[in-house]
Amino acid sequence: MARFSRRDVLKGSSALALTTVYATPIRAQAPAADSITPALIEAAKKEGKIVYYTAIDLAVAERIAKAFETKFPGITVRVERTGAERVFQRIGQEYSSRIHAVDVVNSSDAAHFIVWKRQGILAAHVPEDVAKHYAAEHKDADGMHANFRAGMSVIGYNTKLVTAAEAPKSFADLLDPKWAGKMVKAHPGYSGNVMTATFQITRDLGWEYLEKLAKQRIMQVQSSTDPPKKLALGERAVMVDGNEYNALQLKEKGDPIEIVYPTEGTPMAVGPNAVFKAAPNPNAARLFNNWCFTQECQQLIIDIGALRSLHPQAKEKVGRRLLKDIKVMKDDAVGVERTAAEIKARYAKIFGV
Amino acid sequence: MTIALPAQQMAERRSFKIDFTWPVLIGFIALLCVLIILPMGWLVYYSLVDQDGAFTFANFRQLVDDPVFLEPMMTTVIIAVCSSIACCVVAAPMGWLVARTDMPMTKLIRALVTASFVTPPFLGAVAWEILAAPNSGLLNKLYRVVTGAPMDEYLLDIYTLPGLIFVISCYTFPYVFVLIANALDRIPSDLEDASAILGGGAWTTARRVTIPLALPALLAGALIAFLQAMILFGSPAILALPAGFHTMTTKIWSLFQYPPKPELAAAASLPLLIITVILLRGQAMILGRKGYTVVGGKGAEPRLIKLGWWLVPAMTFVTIVLMLPVFLPYFALFNAAFSPIATTLVTPWNATMHNVWFTFFELSSTKTALKNTFMLGAMSATLGTLLALVISYLTARQAVRGHRILAFLATAPIAIPGIVLGVGLFLSYTRPPLVLYGTIWILLIAYITIELPAAYQQLQSAFKSVHPELEEASRMLGATRLRALRDITAPLLKTSVLATWCFIFVSTIRELSAAVMLFTSETKVVSVLIFDLKESGDLGAISVLGLSMLILTFAVVIGVSRIPGFGGGTRLRNT
Repeated sequence: MARFSRRDVLKGSSALALTTVYATPIRAQAPAADSITPALIEAAKKEGKIVYYTAIDLAVAERIAKAFETKFPGITVRVERTGAERVFQRIGQEYSSRIHAVDVVNSSDAAHFIVWKRQGILAAHVPEDVAKHYAAEHKDADGMHANFRAGMSVIGYNTKLVTAAEAPKSFADLLDPKWAGKMVKAHPGYSGNVMTATFQITRDLGWEYLEKLAKQRIMQVQSSTDPPKKLALGERAVMVDGNEYNALQLKEKGDPIEIVYPTEGTPMAVGPNAVFKAAPNPNAARLFNNWCFTQECQQLIIDIGALRSLHPQAKEKVGRRLLKDIKVMKDDAVGVERTAAEIKARYAKIFGV
Repeated sequence: MTIALPAQQMAERRSFKIDFTWPVLIGFIALLCVLIILPMGWLVYYSLVDQDGAFTFANFRQLVDDPVFLEPMMTTVIIAVCSSIACCVVAAPMGWLVARTDMPMTKLIRALVTASFVTPPFLGAVAWEILAAPNSGLLNKLYRVVTGAPMDEYLLDIYTLPGLIFVISCYTFPYVFVLIANALDRIPSDLEDASAILGGGAWTTARRVTIPLALPALLAGALIAFLQAMILFGSPAILALPAGFHTMTTKIWSLFQYPPKPELAAAASLPLLIITVILLRGQAMILGRKGYTVVGGKGAEPRLIKLGWWLVPAMTFVTIVLMLPVFLPYFALFNAAFSPIATTLVTPWNATMHNVWFTFFELSSTKTALKNTFMLGAMSATLGTLLALVISYLTARQAVRGHRILAFLATAPIAIPGIVLGVGLFLSYTRPPLVLYGTIWILLIAYITIELPAAYQQLQSAFKSVHPELEEASRMLGATRLRALRDITAPLLKTSVLATWCFIFVSTIRELSAAVMLFTSETKVVSVLIFDLKESGDLGAISVLGLSMLILTFAVVIGVSRIPGFGGGTRLRNT
């Protein structure tokens, strides 16, 4: 049942899969599924390490790494975490200098995978679980990438500073003068989640919305992991955007944070994984990517990361709102890819940074 | 090589000994050219081409036409001027109090100023966020508790232009203080005695004699403060961006975000370079014309002014000044390191080791970053000191005819802001034949280039203080210049060499602006890691990492200055 509901809600991201199909009409058959075999583990252990560039919150990423290291002793994971847009810039900069340092990437901006696939720098790799369990819209038809996670950018407030009654319910509410100087917001030039959200908000509500919002004297931070932390500190009363998963983690830890799923719809971003063709540790990379999509790892990112999994057998944690009950904005990676540069430039003009 | 030597030098030489002077000179000039001219050359080239490599002035036109660039430029000038004034207003009286009055505990005060110099400005900026963020800042919380003000009222807002100027001044004033205090230390008491004999009271003497004599140092301090404030990257990135404005350095850096615009970044870097060159020329002209030389001589200890009951306000003033860059920020970092939430006051009941655990056992970049940082610090300090030592010897002794070129080249990088050098080096070394980007060598080059001028000036003045007759004796007995340098001069210069080593080491560790342009995942240094953590809001990890870095830095500096035979008591000197 969960599977159908997810599909329902996430059908937006099928746009990604569909367009990739159109973009490359003469495509090879998706490669055969790769499973975790003793031979692969042995080969990975010989390499001994894997470099994981990711946009997931640092603490969660390090927990994923630790779990992998415990499961496969002898292989260390080096987590290189920064915002998705920075990950993209970093890989671009390194590849143009022929530095091939990254093995596996995870990003919260699916548009990047369109670019990398087009550049031909991704390796086809279909983990066993992806082949067996993942819905077609969550994996690339050529096996270049699959959606490791899904996340949302939500509104939130500090419950010590704002009561539930006066809390904003929608994006429109944030324009109320009473919030001037009291809001924090992350940056689309850094965060893939916010990049995707900015695309969806400007598409659905228009750029005028952001122009009005910019007059509210917003505190501009970089990462979408930061606004929930700023709420927890009590530095600002309301966050315009920020990761649902960070907010959930803090809330469940007992920090005074409440999440609002805006009535206009909640911006949604899938976060794919991919292995690079020139990965310095190709076997360890395949093993790690394989393991990322297992039920075990997917359950881990739900349980400790409060992320949304697209693995049909992973179980949502009781007490969190189910994905199917949340009205989300339509995901459109192709649209993001087409307009990313313009969005960044226009955003910088409106907000000054 | 030897054939090319002038006849005069040939005659000087003893037979069967090779004098390496000329090869060394040529080698060093070539090295300095590669260090400085190569990156600056690429910088100028890039600023004059478009994305396809065709010649154009469009980059500069965009720079002056587009408010996106004009505003940061204005902001930067305002910040630099205000910080410079603020530093002088605070550092001048403090330097005077420490050097010329009978104020107690001056050694401690100087040590604490050194501590504020060792503190990286970006770490100070993060600490001040914890202290003075309008709502969650510890000082604002204290203010609300004391006055009973409502939740959304605050005393201080660090995310403002004045807030940024304040934090920049906190970590720039040591430069001014050290310059002024050192100058006042050296002013002989004869002139003041003369004033006293002619009937001038203590205050008249200070006003009419001491202060005018210290003016050149103040001017130099004001200039250094201006330049430091102008080229700083970390503090504005941490405090200005949340407030919604850019400075030139953050703007240049943002031009490297995707899609990167290296041409515009190069063009935007050049104004910083030009302003710096103009200011340094201006300073040289003013000081050169007035010819203020503070005569050394064998004068007695400086006459100390008795503070009397002024001691109380003086001590209060000094304490407050030291609170701002040292006590309060260190307290904030300590608090954030052990508190569950950075801005909650830590108590024995809520104290947690979570952040320490996370930083050292979960964060997988910690070890790499610490290793890179201290390795680069030690390498830059050692190589930089050696380079500066040889160059300052050649110029101080006017050993060879080309010494003026060497002196110029060794001082030139002072005019290159870290971020500009970072852009230049990035453009130079991401292309064949030397693809150094992605290795720690590019960082090593950056650090040595940045620290060379200060190291050179320190050692040059040290050389001047050693009379050449000892070297001449050695040369007469048949030693080559390099041998004389090694056996005679070097041992006499130990303390200065050590101070220079420590200075470069500390400066390397706190460097962010060039590193942020040049790092890759394998070559991350602690400053960049802290900056990364800042962007995702991990204040606890920053505090643990920052404090560990400070402790390690102090340990290295103290350890090095205790090396037997070097005689302790090394003091960091800035130029």
